[in-house]
Amino acid sequence: MLRFIARRLLETIPVLFIIVTATFFMIRFVPGGPFTAEKAVTPEVMRNLERAYNLDQPLWRQYAGYLGKVVFHGDLGPSFKYPNRTVNEIIADKLPVSLELGAISLALALAVGLPLGVLAAIKRNTWLDYLCSSVAMIGICVPTFVLGPLLVLTFAIHYGWFNASGWYGPIDRVLPSLTLGCVYAAYVARLTRGGMLEVLNQDYIRTARAKGASEVRVIFRHALRGGLLPVVSFLGPAIAGILTGSFVIETIFQIPGLGREFVNSAFNRDYTLVLGTVILYAALLIGLNLVVDIVQVWLNPKLKFE
Amino acid sequence: MRTRLTLLLAVATLLGSGCAKKEAALTANSGSNPAPRKVLHFGNGTEPQDIDPAIVTGTPEYRLLQTFSEGLVSEDPDMQIIPGAAERWEISPDGLTYTFHLRADGKWSNGDRVTAQDFVATYERMLNPVLACQYAYMLYNHVVGAKAFYDGKTTDFSTVGLKARDARTLVVTLTQPAPFLLHAMNHYAWYPVHIATVKKFGGLTQRSTAWTRPGNYVGNGPYVLKKWIPNQIIVAERSPTYWDRARVKIDEIDLYPIELADTEERMFRTGQLDVTNEVPLTKLAVYRREHPESVHVDPYNGLYFYRFNVQRKPFDDVRVRRALALAIDRESLVKNVTLADETPAYNFVPQNLLGYRSEHTFKADLTEARRLLAAAGYPDGRGFPRADLLYNTLEKHKTIAEALQQMWVKNLGINITLVNEEWKVYIDDQHSRNFQFQRAGWIADYIDPHVFFDLWETGGGNNDSNWGNAEYDRLLHTALGAPNNPARYAIYQKMEQILIAEMPVLPLFNYTRARLISPRVKGFYSTPLDNYPWKYADLAP
Repeated sequence: MLRFIARRLLETIPVLFIIVTATFFMIRFVPGGPFTAEKAVTPEVMRNLERAYNLDQPLWRQYAGYLGKVVFHGDLGPSFKYPNRTVNEIIADKLPVSLELGAISLALALAVGLPLGVLAAIKRNTWLDYLCSSVAMIGICVPTFVLGPLLVLTFAIHYGWFNASGWYGPIDRVLPSLTLGCVYAAYVARLTRGGMLEVLNQDYIRTARAKGASEVRVIFRHALRGGLLPVVSFLGPAIAGILTGSFVIETIFQIPGLGREFVNSAFNRDYTLVLGTVILYAALLIGLNLVVDIVQVWLNPKLKFE
Repeated sequence: MRTRLTLLLAVATLLGSGCAKKEAALTANSGSNPAPRKVLHFGNGTEPQDIDPAIVTGTPEYRLLQTFSEGLVSEDPDMQIIPGAAERWEISPDGLTYTFHLRADGKWSNGDRVTAQDFVATYERMLNPVLACQYAYMLYNHVVGAKAFYDGKTTDFSTVGLKARDARTLVVTLTQPAPFLLHAMNHYAWYPVHIATVKKFGGLTQRSTAWTRPGNYVGNGPYVLKKWIPNQIIVAERSPTYWDRARVKIDEIDLYPIELADTEERMFRTGQLDVTNEVPLTKLAVYRREHPESVHVDPYNGLYFYRFNVQRKPFDDVRVRRALALAIDRESLVKNVTLADETPAYNFVPQNLLGYRSEHTFKADLTEARRLLAAAGYPDGRGFPRADLLYNTLEKHKTIAEALQQMWVKNLGINITLVNEEWKVYIDDQHSRNFQFQRAGWIADYIDPHVFFDLWETGGGNNDSNWGNAEYDRLLHTALGAPNNPARYAIYQKMEQILIAEMPVLPLFNYTRARLISPRVKGFYSTPLDNYPWKYADLAP
């Protein structure tokens, strides 16, 4: 297993290198730059600005300089848009917020989605299945920018239980987590149902039942393990997405997370921040996919570390 | 296997609960926990870049700098110049030398005295080319020797017309008269910074430093920076050292960076905000009907217009430009589309700006528009070439463009193609003049009609229309030397006549700013620059 992990980690290096290189050059070839503004910057000022950020140097040298700083110093550079903060600081400030929001939402998604999925699978083609599946379908179909404001209108404005937005006290975690959690809960429920249905038709489940195992034991001891496999595959990229923040939720609820930086940095042509968030997302995605693979082998005896 | 499953669930649970960092609750919900202090909750638009006047360029930053800093002069509610850090000043008869006398009780928030040397050192920093201040031109366009210093032709700052005669006397010498200079000086480009603090945190020419962070920042304005959590809140606390502190009534201003008007409106309804930055246009009518006391619409010193590229067909023909301008029902546009009491624009300068009113306007005239179009070779729009109207991707611009598209089809028989682009791509195309005609807007940096005439100087950095007129340029420079404002305004009237005849841009309406303000906020007003002199505002208990 250690060899498997070491090999996968080594494979990560060229993948990250390609991602960084592609992003570096792609963002540079997009029209407009960090200082493109409606009020034209005079040519003299533009020259000085470019000099201040080394943008006057040949692109290959900028690239080599950037790569050197990232690899040898872990320095993602200063933000173009927010000059008094570095990209490292921005990520360090905002990642924990997105992490907290994501973790609560994910816990909620699993707590709701798994039982719903299992229930729907056990009661296949009954009204309970239809109810669970319909709820899940609604969860997938209703966009967060509709659900979020609806929750705010009901629980913040009508009942006055929460702030309409912000990220100040523990109570402010409720509505955004609920909004984000609902979407993921819906996916988890659908995947769990599908996974469980497939497993419940397997021979070993029939064997377990024939040997007189109780239904509860069959479901939780034998079936759930296999039924969870699609959910685990989904959770890898989902966790990476959830941890790097949700642009929509963060904008609606005014949450100082990383999701907004992800999108806005591209609009602002904040080259260093774009690269910083892309590197982070790529690393998370690769890391979590590795974790998913390990967990899958762990859960599924048919798989081996190869 | 049970162990593995339990472990998996435990990890999931840990993820859920373990990271719940408990932050101290801020005083966001004023309704539930009334504080004895007067705290104003204010929606400030986007997250500010910084609060270093040599670095920033936007309106949310302008408001913050007015909160934490003060220039030599200030503006009263009627936009008349009043003393700021300077208690009085003299202007030489030739309009070239300004002598400012700083007040004796002017202090920084750390207790240091505000001196003329502070201003000179601030301007030296701002003009240092290594710092690359984007608003450096606000100084070097006017001050003797400043351009040469900025261009690196000299490193001797004593050649620049910014001198401290003593600790309380600052002398500014100009290259040519600038009758609007005092108004321009209320722009943050002229605000002082506490040089010792800037030096302490990274140096004078470093753009990325920590001097503007809470705990480090030193300012000379009515409020001091107490807290700044990016994308969440900026807390401004009443300064104990500000010279006019007796007038400042609100103890604390909490400024929230909120990008969505809908989010702001919901926060206003729950009492989280006392003043919003915007109002969702779709809800404006409802508020007017049900809570008229909360709706405030103020004029905003800006013009919304379409810019023609006069070197591209068909807009190289002035008759086509004029035909399009005359064939629009602007009243209908502001009443049915833009919705926030904007004033239809039939000239090029927001009206009644420091007493300036355009004598020359045009009016909607369909007969004349059709005649012009026919004379240009397109009777009833026949044979009119493809014309792309470029706008940046935003619902409001799209709606306006569609309304105008329909008016031109109906009134002139011409079909305009709408093209939208992402903001920076659109700006890039504008500056490289890669467009036929495009949506544009201009918000003045300071209050004076000059700002709007300066735009259309031949080859001007923000002209972008390829239009130029030698007589217009001559008048623009003559106006600066006019002995007084009535004489200067008389020249502007002639310039406006040229603009109406040539129509390099198509004025549509003058902006307004609509916002929701809680009735408990007293004495609050917005200037046409969309900033707020906080010291006049108060909160009812």
